[in-house]
Amino acid sequence: MTFINYASREINCKIVYYGPGLGGKTTNLQYIYDSTSAQAKGKLISLATETDRTLFFDFLPLDLGTVRGFKTRFHLYTVPGQVFYDASRKLILKGVDGVVFVADSQRERMDANVESLFNLELNLKQHGYDLIKMPYVLQLNKRDLPNVISPQELRSELIRKDEPVFEGVANKGVGVFDTLKAVAKQVLLELRKNSGG
Amino acid sequence: MTTPVVLYEEEYGQLKHVITRLCADANAKFVFLVDKNGQQIAAHGEMLNLDTTSLASLTAGNVAATDGLAHLIGERGFPVLSHEGERDNLHISIVASRVILVVIFDERSSLGLVRLRVKRATAEMNGIFELIDSKLTRERDMGIAFDSPFAEITEEDIDALFS
Repeated sequence: MTFINYASREINCKIVYYGPGLGGKTTNLQYIYDSTSAQAKGKLISLATETDRTLFFDFLPLDLGTVRGFKTRFHLYTVPGQVFYDASRKLILKGVDGVVFVADSQRERMDANVESLFNLELNLKQHGYDLIKMPYVLQLNKRDLPNVISPQELRSELIRKDEPVFEGVANKGVGVFDTLKAVAKQVLLELRKNSGG
Repeated sequence: MTTPVVLYEEEYGQLKHVITRLCADANAKFVFLVDKNGQQIAAHGEMLNLDTTSLASLTAGNVAATDGLAHLIGERGFPVLSHEGERDNLHISIVASRVILVVIFDERSSLGLVRLRVKRATAEMNGIFELIDSKLTRERDMGIAFDSPFAEITEEDIDALFS
């Protein structure tokens, strides 16, 4: 939920990266963190297991600059992708303004993608959100691996509306910032629409 | 997308006044107000180098997880959480059902004193948030549209953010 502080002249928006386990959500945030200048980012917080699997969430605050005199900050979160962390995923989705779904392009992960997407819609609904009506971007990650499904097939299985779709190789940064820019733009345009602009 | 949460200068000033006084009366090192979504609202204290953005996000996550635990065991929630460290301690409490008050204190204060002062401050802040709510409801009923700073934003403004 967007937070507008007139006293400090700041607008904060929340973006959540969702998707199946080991799909590249945390990698997206890590790449954004590594590639962003120190002035534009805060600390990357990762609440993870000993084997670096996200346990609760990753969090990265980004300062995108000033618009109409207001500092525009995006808080990026990832959820834990493993199936049994559903209770935590529900909590992280609260107050979300935009969602990125990071799909794993590998053939053997197709079922996991579909299940995770269904889970996303269900958890959003429980918070009173509708994926069809909110800022949303689909990233087809791991395009560099040999056993990947074609983008066309992935789109046919996963696309939910006319959301922007980006092919990605998150560990090399391919598609990472395109994805972020697309969802951030949607969030800001939605803010404008909701204020009658 | 739901209606944004808006904090105007007048209400911010009132909240800041309450937490400044709380910090002094409780002999605390730092007092911090966070909304349940992890956004910082106001802060006051001597810990100038504290990473308040991370603190806000982690506090909200902590409270959300604890709320989840409470519901699992049939409780409505745990409105007060307390963490004792070697040197500094944390007192976390919920205000007006949607805001988290964090007090960091050391041996110059005590849990009992902090609890006492937090109780008074909470009552004051509950009143402020009730006023905020009734102001927004009144404006909505009168058909006064929320004056967002983004009402006039253009696509060029947005593209410039990413240049």
